[in-house]
Amino acid sequence: MNHEDVLCSFCGCLCDDIVVEVEQDQIKRVRHACRLGASKIMGHERIRGPMIRRNGVLTEATYQEAYDRAAEILQSARHPLLYGWASTVCEAQKIGILLTEEVGGVIDSTATVCHGPSIIGIEEKGLSGATLGQIKNRADLIVFWGCNPAEAHPRHTLRYSSNACGRFTPEGRAGRKVIVVDVRETKTSKNADKFVRINPGEDYQVISALRMLLAWKGDLVPDEVGGISKKDLSEVIDTMKEAAFGVFFFGLGMTHSRGRYKNIDNALSLVNELNAHTKFIVMPMRGHYNVAGIGQCAAWETGFPMSIDFARGSAYFNPGETSACDVLSRREVDAALIAAADPASNFPRQIVESLARMPVVQIDPYENPTTLIADVVIPSAIAGIEAEGTAYRMDGLALRMKKLIKSPFPSDEEILKGILDSVRLLRGCKEKSREA
Amino acid sequence: MISGRTLGQGVACESKMSREFFKATSLCSISEKDYKSLGITQGKNVLITSLFGQAVLSAHSNPGLPPGITFIPMGPWANALVGPDTGGCGTPQFKGVEVNIEATDDPVLEIRELFRDMEMVKA
Repeated sequence: MNHEDVLCSFCGCLCDDIVVEVEQDQIKRVRHACRLGASKIMGHERIRGPMIRRNGVLTEATYQEAYDRAAEILQSARHPLLYGWASTVCEAQKIGILLTEEVGGVIDSTATVCHGPSIIGIEEKGLSGATLGQIKNRADLIVFWGCNPAEAHPRHTLRYSSNACGRFTPEGRAGRKVIVVDVRETKTSKNADKFVRINPGEDYQVISALRMLLAWKGDLVPDEVGGISKKDLSEVIDTMKEAAFGVFFFGLGMTHSRGRYKNIDNALSLVNELNAHTKFIVMPMRGHYNVAGIGQCAAWETGFPMSIDFARGSAYFNPGETSACDVLSRREVDAALIAAADPASNFPRQIVESLARMPVVQIDPYENPTTLIADVVIPSAIAGIEAEGTAYRMDGLALRMKKLIKSPFPSDEEILKGILDSVRLLRGCKEKSREA
Repeated sequence: MISGRTLGQGVACESKMSREFFKATSLCSISEKDYKSLGITQGKNVLITSLFGQAVLSAHSNPGLPPGITFIPMGPWANALVGPDTGGCGTPQFKGVEVNIEATDDPVLEIRELFRDMEMVKA
């Protein structure tokens, strides 16, 4: 049987035209997906069953035993961290937030090591946005700044941006201008009309120079800023002003470099000011397929998009203080639940060493380095393939993911409900014993 | 040093214990000029050291990189070199880490070896 119009559960593009061929509940072929999406949908080696670490060794357990042990770890911790959430659906994320509140922990998402600075920048300045559909149909200038969609979002250019053919952009790539700003040549820069090589860590200065030129203060701009000549900077800002509908896509080249959220803050200001001349919008190139979803869920449940601490009994948000990397490196948390993420691979090693010292519960379909330091391992169905649910595309559009095949594993949502029930049972027992 | 996504890293990122992920992420790209000046030969490994740690990686020359920059695909080898400070915004500086590079005869550690010391803590 063929499943048509399947959503791809890899990156923030959430491509919705995938065809998946299924025979006897097994995926046989994937069409239209990029290499990243096809690799994920076709599947990899799985964790075979729940495990609990006993005498230093991970040994087989039942799901209920794993839920109970996870609940004991979270309930007995002084201040647990519940981290991950970007590679699962919103229905599971909601339970994760509830569980965090129940145990008085801190919840954070992978955005914190990705586009977290973008979210902080957006909170400071606001964001002039659009949907990817509007960009496809209307944009005549695409700027890729510190991002490399050719490798991280391979179908982005063809479906939504530089090379897409839309209602008012029938010529596709031929009808658009493309500027790429990066510290190195990439596969994306090969597609550019103008590639601007910038010095590492000097994005802030370059954006400031562009803002000066835009504000007719070019006489104050030096001959070279961030490795770019004033002539090239003038050409870039003129191209931006002359566009009918410009788009500024930015990636981790901005959020991971010196300046971090201030780079984003400055880029948002530049786009805001460009709107005095023409239509210009800005969009972060979100990585995981539902990293935007955990931001949305957290915002409507708690009022904050990430790094939320419930230790005070109510939601408290202060990135840099309550972010996963900060609470781990300062050893302010003493247990962790990791859902749909792999911090052991993706956090700086010194922070992973802190994580390894505390009891860790992992919920994930696949074995990864976090499994090596976990005390409870709970394998889950793959959201978007073996379990349905809602995900948010990088432009904030909510889309419904289908269940394509049956799974012997429970969904992330079912697992988190199981742990939540066990936590409530433990808390009930404690309260009853107190009353007695 | 800058770390970031690559197609190979993305394809293998759901099977991190595989040989494919090891081959996609335990390497670094160096500009042609630096490659020559460091006296590295094809297939040779390099020891990269930062203030925060070190990693042995296989080295590749990349004509698209300017001198003075090395690129490592995101993953545990790159993150051995990244510091924990988040600059008050929650995000460590994964790009723009100052490193020293030298040729070495040491082997690149497999992923399980990379985490052996942390597993020992659990045991």
